[in-house]
Amino acid sequence: MGGVITTHQAKQRSAKRRLIEGSPVMKWLLIAISVIFLGTFLLLPLVNVFAQALSKGIRAYFQSLTLPESVSSIKMTLIIVGISVPLNVIFGISAAWAITKFKFPGKTLLLTFIDLPFSISPVVVGLMYVLLYGLQGQLGQWLDGKDIQIIFNVPGMVLVTIFVTLPFVARELIPIMQSVGVEQEHAALTLGASGWQTFWHVTLPSVKWGLLYGVILCNARAMGEFGAVSVVSGHITGRTDTMPLMVEKFYNDFNSVAAFSLSSLLALLALITLIVKTWLEWREFRDKTETKKPIG
Amino acid sequence: MSIELKNVTKYYGDYPAVFDVSFTVNEGELIALLGPSGSGKTTVLRLIAGLEVPDAGEIYIRGKKVNNVPVQQRNIGFVFQSYALFKSMTVFENIAFGLKIKKWRRSEIESRVKELLSLLDLERLEERYPHQLSGGQRQRVAIARALAPKPNVLLLDEPFGAVDAKIRQELREWLVHLHSDLNVTTIFVTHDQEEAMEVANRIAIFSKGRLEQIGSPREVYEKPANEFVARFIGVMNGLELEVRDGVARLGELEFPNHGQSDGQKIRIGFRPYAVQVSSDITRYRYRAILRHTYFLGVMLRLELELPSGITIKARMSKEEYTLLGLEDGKEVSFQIRQYRVLSKEGNELPAEVAVVYDVPFTGGEGI
Repeated sequence: MGGVITTHQAKQRSAKRRLIEGSPVMKWLLIAISVIFLGTFLLLPLVNVFAQALSKGIRAYFQSLTLPESVSSIKMTLIIVGISVPLNVIFGISAAWAITKFKFPGKTLLLTFIDLPFSISPVVVGLMYVLLYGLQGQLGQWLDGKDIQIIFNVPGMVLVTIFVTLPFVARELIPIMQSVGVEQEHAALTLGASGWQTFWHVTLPSVKWGLLYGVILCNARAMGEFGAVSVVSGHITGRTDTMPLMVEKFYNDFNSVAAFSLSSLLALLALITLIVKTWLEWREFRDKTETKKPIG
Repeated sequence: MSIELKNVTKYYGDYPAVFDVSFTVNEGELIALLGPSGSGKTTVLRLIAGLEVPDAGEIYIRGKKVNNVPVQQRNIGFVFQSYALFKSMTVFENIAFGLKIKKWRRSEIESRVKELLSLLDLERLEERYPHQLSGGQRQRVAIARALAPKPNVLLLDEPFGAVDAKIRQELREWLVHLHSDLNVTTIFVTHDQEEAMEVANRIAIFSKGRLEQIGSPREVYEKPANEFVARFIGVMNGLELEVRDGVARLGELEFPNHGQSDGQKIRIGFRPYAVQVSSDITRYRYRAILRHTYFLGVMLRLELELPSGITIKARMSKEEYTLLGLEDGKEVSFQIRQYRVLSKEGNELPAEVAVVYDVPFTGGEGI
C-alpha cells in the first residue's frame, strides 16, 4: 500500500516539475549546448596551452621559463603589477568613498568616467599616451627636456596599465559601500574615533572581501594586458617586454614551447584567480545568509 | 542642566528640518522626542550628537557651548535605529571599541566591558558576532557600546522601531529600569505616542520642524498647547463648526459660539471617553447608530454614526457595553460631557497658552 502511494507521489512530483520546467528534452538540449560550447571554446584551448608547453617534456618547459628573456619579462610584469595595482587600490577606495559617502556636483559624471576604460580599446589607450607623452606632444617634449622618458619605457607601461585597470577596484567597492551605509562609521565617530581610525577599524573590514576581489581582478587584468602596453613599450627585449609581449615574440620566432610555457604561467594565474574569486563569492554569500539566521 | 537648545534651526536645502527649537533637559531626565515622520525629531537628536551642524542657534551640553565641538569630543552615547554594530567585531570588541579609542588600560577595559555585559544581560555572548544575535540582543549590545565610555548623555534613535511588538514592550520596561539604575540623561526619538507616554519623564512633541510642546505625559495629554498636540496625543474627535444664529453647528451637533459671530468657523475637540452613550434612545440629546465596535482589550472603542453622516468615536468598558446590551447596528443616544475649543477663525491660539473649557452640560442646557 505504502509503495503504491510513493510511486503515485513521485509521478505527481515529476508531473509538477514538468509543468514548471517544461519538457526534459529541452532541459538536456540546453545543458548539452552549454557544455559543448564551453568545452570547445574555453576548456580545449586552455588544456592545449599546457599540452603544448609540456610537449617537449618538463625539462624543456622549465628551460624555456628560465631563458633570460622570459625571466626579464616576468620581472617586468611583476614591476608593472606591483606599481599599478596598489595605486589602483588607493584610487579605487578614494573614488568609491567619495561617490558613496558624499554628495557633490558631477558625481554621475565621475561614475561615468570610471567606466570609460571598459569602453575604449586598449590599443587606442596606448596611442593616446604615445600622443600625449611622446615626442610629438608638447608635454612629451617638455619632459624630454627634463630628461624624463615616459613612452617606450616602464613609466608609460605602468600608466597605460593603470588606465586599463582603473574601474576594477572602484566598481567592486561602490555597491558594497552603498549597501553598508554610513551608520557604522557614524557610530565609530560618536565613540570618539578619528576619521582615520574609523576607516581602518570599521570601513576597511566591512569591505575587505570586495576589495580583495577587486584587487584580484585588477591584478589578473594588469598581468594579461597586451594591446595598450604593446603600443607604449617599444618592444625592447630584456627591457620593456612583459609576459604577454614576450609570448608574442617567442611565437613569431617559432619558439612554440617557450611561447606556450610563458602562456601557461598566465593561464595558471587565470585559474588561480578563478578559484580565489569563487571562494570569495562563496564567503560573501555565506556571510550574507548567516546574517539572516540569528542564533539564540 | 544637562542639555540646552537655544533657537536651533537646521535647513536641508530650502527646507527647514528644524526651526527655532528651544528646550532644556535636566541632568538625569528621560526625555522622548515625539512626532510624525519628517517632523524633525531625529534631526534634533543628531544635532545634539554633533552628526549634524545647526544653521542657527546654540547647543549646550553641561553648560558648554558645543556648536563647534566635533562629535568625537562631545562625550555622547548614540544608539542608532539600525544599531550599526560593527559587523566584523565580536560583542566584546564592539563594547570595548570606544574604550580602546580613548586608550583605557587593558585591565580597565576588561572590567568595564564585563560590568556592562552583566548590566545588560549579555553574559556568555561576548564572543558572538552581531549576525549571531537576535534583534533584542543586538539592541542591548548597541546600548552597552554607547554606555561604555561613560557618556554625559545617552541618545537613542527609534530604539524600539526594529523589533517585534512583544520584545518592544519588554525593551521599554527594561529601558526605564536601566535609566533609573544609571541615572544618565537620556533622550530617545519615537513616533509612537504610547511609547513616549509610557517611558519618558517628559515628552517634546514636534511637527514640521517645530517644537509644539514639551511637558510631562500628563501635561501634554490634559493640557495640550494646540490642536496638533491634542490630536497627536491620544485619540481625539475633531470637528469644524460654523456659527449660525449665535450657535456653532455641524449637522445636528450644537455648541456654544465662544464669542464667534455668525458665519465664522470654530474647531472643537473631545476625547472618546467624554462621550456618554446610552442604549435608551431618549436618554441623551443626540441619536446615532453604533456602526462598529473595536475591541482594544479592557476598553472598547465605539464608532457612532449620526443621521447627518458625521462619525464620532466613543469609549467604554466591556462591562458597561454588556450592561447596556449594545451591539453593532443598534440605535443609541449620546451626549458630549467635555470638550475643548481647538481654534477659532481669525484668531489662532498662541502655542504656549492652553485654553481649556471643561463645560459639563446635559441635554440642551447652556446652548
